Amino acid sequence: MKTYKKKVRKVLTPEQKIKRRNFISFLTFFVLGGAAFGGWKWLLHAPEETPGVTAGASKPLRRALNKSELFFRNLFSHKHLARTYPIDRAATDVRVNGDIGIEDEDFDQDNWRLSVARGKKEILSVNMADIRQLPKTEIVFDFKCVEGWDQIQHWAGVRLTDFIAHYKLLEEAKMQYVGMATPNGEYYVGLDMESALHPQTILAYEMNGQPVTPEHGAPLRLIIPVKYGIKNLKRIGTISFSNQRPPDYWAEQGYDYYSGL
Amino acid sequence: MKIIKEKHPLLTRWTHWVNFPLLAIMIWSGLLIYWANDVYTITIAGHRIIRFFPDWFNTLLNIPQRLAEGMAFHFFFMWFFFLNGLFYVGYTLISGQWRSLLPNKHSLRDAWQVMLHDLHIRKTLPTQGKYNAAQRIAYTAIILMGAGSIITGLAIYKPVQFSWLCWLCGGYHFARILHFTLTIGYVLFFFIHVVQVIIAGWNNFRAMVAGFDVVEE
Repeated sequence: MKTYKKKVRKVLTPEQKIKRRNFISFLTFFVLGGAAFGGWKWLLHAPEETPGVTAGASKPLRRALNKSELFFRNLFSHKHLARTYPIDRAATDVRVNGDIGIEDEDFDQDNWRLSVARGKKEILSVNMADIRQLPKTEIVFDFKCVEGWDQIQHWAGVRLTDFIAHYKLLEEAKMQYVGMATPNGEYYVGLDMESALHPQTILAYEMNGQPVTPEHGAPLRLIIPVKYGIKNLKRIGTISFSNQRPPDYWAEQGYDYYSGL
Repeated sequence: MKIIKEKHPLLTRWTHWVNFPLLAIMIWSGLLIYWANDVYTITIAGHRIIRFFPDWFNTLLNIPQRLAEGMAFHFFFMWFFFLNGLFYVGYTLISGQWRSLLPNKHSLRDAWQVMLHDLHIRKTLPTQGKYNAAQRIAYTAIILMGAGSIITGLAIYKPVQFSWLCWLCGGYHFARILHFTLTIGYVLFFFIHVVQVIIAGWNNFRAMVAGFDVVEE
């Protein structure tokens, strides 16, 4: 004799169904909510990155910054230009926002030389008269500070690409990064090569048609419209080329290394 | 007899509740960023009515001196905020949910009557579907605002690579103002939304978590 076990599926009353679905839904809701909260707490207290070229950010957030950089670098193009304006739109009272690296009062503009590392050992030494010989490029663009303010400013100088061509630094320009620092080495920036070679990147010696003033980085400063102001180094002392990220002042303080616009 | 009536699809609920903490994080990290250049005020006839933000507010929320951290959070969570929004919009369009969400030609008039009703001026409500006319307008507007935040955000995040977008937003300076204003809009929306949800009661709230309404038949 065979017995058939009949599976009886209990028919739930609406009340029971409601209870059951309430239970499952709210349980899921609170479990996932708790997990999200836990994840957030973890991220908020995640360990800080090991200080190196970049420092001061938490490990996962630095990773995210670097990943976002990779994504947006795909969209970067030398054809994408910062918008330019007529000269009369430029500010006459140009904002000064920092003096790190240019604080020494005994700095002598006349004895200033730009040192460029060429090849393995050679140091190219260039003075202002040399630089003024090179083709001059002017730009009136909206300067953007990482703090969030912006100002239309008028600068002129030699395009970095023209400088590189003139001084036969084409081999160096095949490397991945450019590093620049103030003569005292206290402020320094690292730039990815494609941003450095952007047609609007200028070694500037004039502001509003006049020589750059000391607080704006005389005699020669970097104007790089595809970057935040923090990368627009004042008073360039040295330029070097590298395949590794050169040190960068603000990237050591938790800021994005790329800081591209 | 009580019966179950399905109301909100799973994906609608999911994206709604994922958006809540994401938006909170975006607003918080946005505050950390905004602090570094906190110049916005509401000034009427020379009188400063509101300053964004007073010192007590910044101190209370521990905002000062955290720009780098704010940027790092903002540019991480922006991806999820964007993807979640995209997911919601995509689902709403494909599933046909948009039919009950988008305003129609009666919505403006009806929304007015809903508001009068909610303010206890009018006794009756116009007929409605899943969402009343005011909700249709509000829930569509908030999505447009979200799109606005993404667009203005991108305009100030990569103003050179997306210079056309920046131009579309009235330039870098104005795009930042728009981006900020939209955020204030979210905060106002949030308060009204929460009050309305509390007033609407348990059945309505449960529908946003469990997906169903209980109706008597």
